[in-house]
Amino acid sequence: MLTNTIIQQRLTEKFGELLINWEEPYGMLTFTAPKELNLKVLQFLFDDAELKFTFLTDLQAVHYPDQKGAELAVVYHLHNWTDNIRIRFKVFTDILQPDVFSATALFQSANFMERETYDFFGVNFVGHPNLIRILNVDEMDYFPMRKEFPLEDQTRIDKDDEMFGR
Amino acid sequence: MSEHILLPEGSIEKQTTTLNLGPTHPATHGVFQNILELDGERIMQATSTVGYIHRAFEKIAERRPLYQITPLTDRLNYCSSPINNMGWHLTCEKLLGVQTPKRVDYLRIIIMELARISDHLICNSIVGVDSGAYSGFLYLMQFRELIYEIYEEVCGSRLTTNIGRIGGFERNFTNAAFQKLEKFLDEKSGYPAQLKEFENLFTRNRIFMDRTIGCGAITAERAMNYGFTGPNLRAAGVDYDVRIHTPYSSYEDFNFTIPVGKTGDCYDRFLVRNEEMWQSLSIIKQAYQKVQSFKGTEAEIFHADSPAYYLPEKKDVYTKMEALIYHFKIVMGETSMPAGEVYSSVEGANGELGFYLISDGGRTPYRLHFRRPCFIYYQAYPELIKDGMLSDAVITMSSLNLIAGELDA
Repeated sequence: MLTNTIIQQRLTEKFGELLINWEEPYGMLTFTAPKELNLKVLQFLFDDAELKFTFLTDLQAVHYPDQKGAELAVVYHLHNWTDNIRIRFKVFTDILQPDVFSATALFQSANFMERETYDFFGVNFVGHPNLIRILNVDEMDYFPMRKEFPLEDQTRIDKDDEMFGR
Repeated sequence: MSEHILLPEGSIEKQTTTLNLGPTHPATHGVFQNILELDGERIMQATSTVGYIHRAFEKIAERRPLYQITPLTDRLNYCSSPINNMGWHLTCEKLLGVQTPKRVDYLRIIIMELARISDHLICNSIVGVDSGAYSGFLYLMQFRELIYEIYEEVCGSRLTTNIGRIGGFERNFTNAAFQKLEKFLDEKSGYPAQLKEFENLFTRNRIFMDRTIGCGAITAERAMNYGFTGPNLRAAGVDYDVRIHTPYSSYEDFNFTIPVGKTGDCYDRFLVRNEEMWQSLSIIKQAYQKVQSFKGTEAEIFHADSPAYYLPEKKDVYTKMEALIYHFKIVMGETSMPAGEVYSSVEGANGELGFYLISDGGRTPYRLHFRRPCFIYYQAYPELIKDGMLSDAVITMSSLNLIAGELDA
């Protein structure tokens, strides 16, 4: 039976100290890989006879404006259907040069998901066959899900005091 | 003799026809644009465009407290909103560590399986409409009405239900709700009899079989690679179901089977959905029995004991100070949630509906992503309809059960 510990061991044997930030929030194994290695990690998880992470459940990005040099995180959720175990792994990239290798060669399903991620966060997936906007209008010249475009604040600032426990 | 006007040499640029199927076309049942390259009636190439009803839910959710995000999830797959609502509540409960009582789980399962039936019955009867048989649709539609009446009795609304709350339901199910459920489940006059009739009309119908067998087929490997989940994947022969693989809301207490197909074509998708409706009916009956086995004060439980996150009843708000405080904090969005990231998924009517929620410890999600099954499997559509006839493209689209709301978020 495949467990988080075994997955972590297998990955550490293969990639050594390159994979960092091992966590298990709510039971799902989570780690961070260098962005140059994202395809190698995906391929290894896909091909390895024991790991068999052959299903890409989800792919999206998160923007952390305060992490200088690693503002954008691309998050992959993978699922092994044989042993029914999920993992999540992230790669961080500089927002000024957001190039990440595309997973479309390995997973057809990554096509739309990467286009969506590009559309909202501007992650440039290198090797994607058709990296154009998907949900937003083609003329848009910014990436709306980034944190520099805040929505109107619905919490009133004039109540910002100790009395209301803010 | 020759009175025909001849086109000058070289004026025909290409031998194929370009056809815009959509964005608003009566045959596509939603806002879908497909630019087809046709050779006669045969599709040589297709390009799908999505995004016509994009509503920026993920961005909006970053400014909203958890309970205000529930109405956004309604509008994903609007044919089965309760499943989306429950999926969202379950995600929040996982993040907040709220434990729901068994009775709440069973009531939720009744509602979720009703929603699955209402979704599948629309999909399958629309496949009938697109293959030229309108009557099945008219007969089944009246039973969706009965399901909507049950929703109405439970939460007050019908299509975009916003049903339930974090931790349970807004009120206990009334006797009228159970009566309506019994009416729906009745073997003679209820949905089982009608579904049987619907199957008699379609399943071995020569015209329907000729029309759907081999149309829009996909192999199991391609389907997995394309990220298929739900009935469309199971029709291709893979028995993946979130209800079995990652049981939520006490699905492990129920006996049911997962129907699988073989060829992944429109006919198998139709059969899988029909069989799933029978399984859902069986689950509802089991859940209803379990709900009825609760007696006395246990039969009054309809929410978790979690005052910090469950919106208190109105009569308590007026009479109890604690309830008033929590009511104020929840309604004003002043409850902070624990920091963390959580992925939770439910078996939506179209497949694995996932919620990826990142909280930084604030009052609103730092990032929320919906894994929408439609959006992911729609990529395979050009491949499915390639080299087929134009009319097969229409029937393939309806048998994939593409819902525009889930596609665009």
